Amino acid sequence: MHPAFSVVFLTTLIGAGQGLFLALFTVESYAAFGLLPAQADSFYAIGSAIATILLVLGLFASFFHLGHPERAWRAAAKWRTSWLSREVIALPAFMGTVFLYGVAHWFGINPVLAELPSGAPVNITAVLGTLGTVLAFALYICTAMIYACLRFLREWHTPLTVINYILLGGASGFTLAAALAATEAPDVMPLLASWALIITVLGLIGRAATLIRNARLKPKSTLQTAIGIKHPKIVQKAMGMMGGAFNTREFFHGQSAALLRSLKWVFLLTAFVIPIGLLSLGLSLAAGGTLLLAFVVQYLGLLAERWFFFAQANHPQNLYYQSVA
Amino acid sequence: MTQLALVIDLNVCVGCHACVTNCKEWNTSGPAGPMVDQNPYDKDPTGTFFNRVQTFEVGEFPNTETVHFPKSCLHCEEPPCVPVCPTGASYKRKEDGIVLVDYDKCIGCKYCSWACPYGAREIDEHQRVMKKCTLCVDRIYDTTMTADERRPACVRACPTSARLFGDIHDPDSEVSKAIRENGGYALMPEWGTQPANHYLPRRKTNIRIREDELERADNPLKIDSQLPKPGKAEPSLDDVTSW
Repeated sequence: MHPAFSVVFLTTLIGAGQGLFLALFTVESYAAFGLLPAQADSFYAIGSAIATILLVLGLFASFFHLGHPERAWRAAAKWRTSWLSREVIALPAFMGTVFLYGVAHWFGINPVLAELPSGAPVNITAVLGTLGTVLAFALYICTAMIYACLRFLREWHTPLTVINYILLGGASGFTLAAALAATEAPDVMPLLASWALIITVLGLIGRAATLIRNARLKPKSTLQTAIGIKHPKIVQKAMGMMGGAFNTREFFHGQSAALLRSLKWVFLLTAFVIPIGLLSLGLSLAAGGTLLLAFVVQYLGLLAERWFFFAQANHPQNLYYQSVA
Repeated sequence: MTQLALVIDLNVCVGCHACVTNCKEWNTSGPAGPMVDQNPYDKDPTGTFFNRVQTFEVGEFPNTETVHFPKSCLHCEEPPCVPVCPTGASYKRKEDGIVLVDYDKCIGCKYCSWACPYGAREIDEHQRVMKKCTLCVDRIYDTTMTADERRPACVRACPTSARLFGDIHDPDSEVSKAIRENGGYALMPEWGTQPANHYLPRRKTNIRIREDELERADNPLKIDSQLPKPGKAEPSLDDVTSW
């Protein structure tokens, strides 16, 4: 497939935003049960603001993917059948929840609504945070299922796609949260950096598993099934056009196989290996700058990872365009 | 239930691209607006087409066959492009099974084209909506036309009658008979999309002339006489003309 930068930015930015919010609410939940000291409201408010900015930037990027952005509101119509439609609903719902969560913390509007039997208070931010957590996971699943549900794009049609979207978004979000905590809430920094390390390692395992799986895929469709002629030797002589078409532009990444191969190692290093090193370093030195660098490197790595994710998918329609393939 | 479809006879198609040209002409002139052409008279001309003819060489030299392969939307009975559309712009008509795009609802997200394994959908770079074969839905129900004209433009243009049009759910239709009797098949059956359009395979074409086709053996009205058979001793043509 041809990787569209709008979608590459959309999926990586909102992934990080979701991860950041999950990290914030993880801290609040730990604190609510007395496992961590309570943190200043400003930590949650600033974190929510950054998460909202990431989500808005992602949404903004997604509009560049549309031929008619002014009709985007129509995309909420078919949520019964379309994962894209579900994403279009989940993204603003999540964005709004994160915004309200941040507002509640910033202005300190946080009355206790109820109490758990254990005595832990249930306040507005806890309710918003729980709702946001559910929506964050729903959004991860919607985003990933857009790709995973296309059964003949076999590189994507695997539960690993959903797992990776959750893990990679979570890893970048927790890394960013750790960098934020280094200045805003130093005593939760070790917790967040440790979780970031764990999720990054899990992400590396998930992504490597996908790479191994995809390297072993055997195509289901062949030129023989595509045109229904059973002869083993078929050569395409004409594609039916001279200057290319949508079919030759949209479904091919247009780069060399060597670039694709090297990019694989580039993203394995920058999205996982280097951030793991930087996170460990930042954790031991309690250095916010190192953690921030870990996030920047990891985000750039995830951009490469997402580009590779799209480029690697081989659409069966390419069988009809052998001169490009 | 009706399912309109094309049946394309690969044994007859000569790859003349008349269907491509007539399709473009009809559909670019319709009420839905033109189908874009970019650099039409320049280097790398490109544009939106509903129908293309591709050419394949089957076999190894010198035993090769050239197969011309017209390719358009197959109007699948289980169209994978329809449920993925977030706006409902892409839909399959209940009454005749045609898969259509509502150009006023389409947001141009291209997701349906990703969901089509056949590459049958093309975005119009000018109108920025997804376009595809409509089976000439604006022709086939136009009662101001004669019955012969109420067929898709590609079918009417085909000089060798390689394209048949009809209801594949009606067992007595021309297309159903063609599929049944000439080994009609669907493309990429492995995905379960159940394409409505079918293709008829290449066949060995032989001419067999039987005795009774030269001389009417049954002679139903006893009017035909036997063809004259001169006796062995009679003078032959050679005897008459030789000198």
